[in-house]
Amino acid sequence: MLNDDMAQLTVQPATRRPATRASLAAAARVTRPRRLRSSRRVGALLVWFIVMLAFTAFFVVPVIWLLIAPTKTDHQLVFENPMAFGSFHTFLQTWDKMYDFQAHELLAWLENSALYSVGGVLLALACAVPAGYGLALTEFIGRKVLLSITLLVMIMPASALVLPLFLEMNLLQLENTAWSVVLPFGFFPFGVYLSYIFFSSTIPKELLGAARVDGCSEWGVFRRVALPLARPIVALVGFFAFVSDWTNFFLPYVMFYNDRQYPLPVGLQYLIANTSAFNPTVAVAQSPVLRPELAIATLLAIAPVFIVFLFAQRALVTGMLAGGTKG
Amino acid sequence: MSQTISLPASERAQSRAGRRRVGGRQRVGGRQRAGYTFVAVYVLLLLFFGFAPSVYAIYLSLTRAGGNWAGLSNFFSTGRDFRFLPAFEHIGTYLAIWLVALVVLVLFLALMLHGGVRRTVPYFRFLFYMPGALAGAASVLVWLFMLDPGVSPYDSVLSLLHLSSLGQTIAPGHLPGIFAVIAFWTGAGGWIVVMNGALNNISDEVIDSAKIDGANAWQLAIHVKLPLIKKWVVYMVILAFAAGTQLFVEPQLVGEASLGLVSNTWSPNQLAYYLATQNANFNYAAAISVDLLLVGLIAAAILVFRSKMFEIE
Repeated sequence: MLNDDMAQLTVQPATRRPATRASLAAAARVTRPRRLRSSRRVGALLVWFIVMLAFTAFFVVPVIWLLIAPTKTDHQLVFENPMAFGSFHTFLQTWDKMYDFQAHELLAWLENSALYSVGGVLLALACAVPAGYGLALTEFIGRKVLLSITLLVMIMPASALVLPLFLEMNLLQLENTAWSVVLPFGFFPFGVYLSYIFFSSTIPKELLGAARVDGCSEWGVFRRVALPLARPIVALVGFFAFVSDWTNFFLPYVMFYNDRQYPLPVGLQYLIANTSAFNPTVAVAQSPVLRPELAIATLLAIAPVFIVFLFAQRALVTGMLAGGTKG
Repeated sequence: MSQTISLPASERAQSRAGRRRVGGRQRVGGRQRAGYTFVAVYVLLLLFFGFAPSVYAIYLSLTRAGGNWAGLSNFFSTGRDFRFLPAFEHIGTYLAIWLVALVVLVLFLALMLHGGVRRTVPYFRFLFYMPGALAGAASVLVWLFMLDPGVSPYDSVLSLLHLSSLGQTIAPGHLPGIFAVIAFWTGAGGWIVVMNGALNNISDEVIDSAKIDGANAWQLAIHVKLPLIKKWVVYMVILAFAAGTQLFVEPQLVGEASLGLVSNTWSPNQLAYYLATQNANFNYAAAISVDLLLVGLIAAAILVFRSKMFEIE
């Protein structure tokens, strides 16, 4: 006790500063009758928690259900409590069945997803980071026009270009090849804009000027000075590009007509068409997909993005708020 | 546009030579050429995968199958198609529900979080935005389960609404609302995180002085915090509107699971896809794509040039 008081006493002088509005507000709060305040506060707190928990349930219950579903058989899924855990053994059985579906097709889809997304992300990074640097720190005729176009295309939903891209790839006879999705994935104006914001707000032009005086070429300035500082923006652009490429459905859906070349999201649609619960006509076919298997395929499809999400909440905020840092 | 195309090798060599001579005009010229090389790959992709498909779609929409000039007739023909207006009505209804729900609930939750128990905020924020990882096909699949009274954990809610089978839940009249729920489930959390970030940027001074003036929590939220994050609300609404007009994966997957109950030309994008692949009528498909492209472009232009959200110096 005494020690605490002493500590407070010694701290006192340090915190004595001109009466700011903050401290006045604190003083005002203290003068209100205590008991009234605390009982009302507890009530408000209770309401707050109830509302928050209700929305949490809405957001989280479907995810938990999806995690549990593969631990049960299709029969258990219908007749047991929806939120009850089945068994780990059933989970493995479900996985085996899904894995064996049409000669390990799930594995092919996973490989395709990885190929298309990684290819798209690398291409997006290779063009977005230098482009953002060029737009932010070099001068050239047409720079503002290019920046305006970048903004327009960035806001415009990417899916607005899917059918025109399909028509174009059809003309070039590139449809049904990996190029038909990787190349459009590489075109990532949001990444260019994020890089532009990053370079124009974090790297002072004088620093580059100093490097030039020291005899660095323009490319050398970028590679030796700017790029080593740009690690955060590479991660940020990579994050957004990966999430949008991995979850993209529309583009690969229109580009591929051979189911062996589907990425996972399109594969999921193929599975729905072969699930007896949604489509009883396939029940007579050789190997109808059951709902727990569909759930386990969905889990596989979301796992990479889910893992990335766990570590990247801050990236999301930075990226989304970047739009307004100039405004 | 044309100035930004990459330079031929000889010119690049020249620019390197220019740079070696220190100072003066040539140096600036060299730097300018360097600017072009930095943006070159991006501009190539922009030309091939942004510009070219748009121009080609416009060309197709203005011509007939043989390449003859058609004027605007493809636009009139598709506009008179019996599936055209319903498709736009569908997304219109969907957008009305989705945008209102998005604005009201996102602001409500963001303001609740900001005025609530500080220590718990990061956890709630994370739980709200977690379903974003299931964006696209996965979210539709999960909700097909959630909407099936046979397996859903929400079966009691569904039975309250007198829905006893998946077929009943995904009846065509319910779809705009269902797609709004799915979109909210995957997208709202991200926006709550963004709004929360914007709210955290409001200085303590502002909030404290409002408190001194006697503002309670409600007044503080409505009259102080809300006006300060208004531009983010505009940003959110325009982005959500533009994306909402493009609806494809949701009706496509639900249609797949509905045994033909849901039309495969439910949304305009589906109609365009159908015309291109089933009728092999690329000109009609292009006309609808151009309609949708224009909607997206206009929304983007409003945001970029009118909202002061972005400053192009």
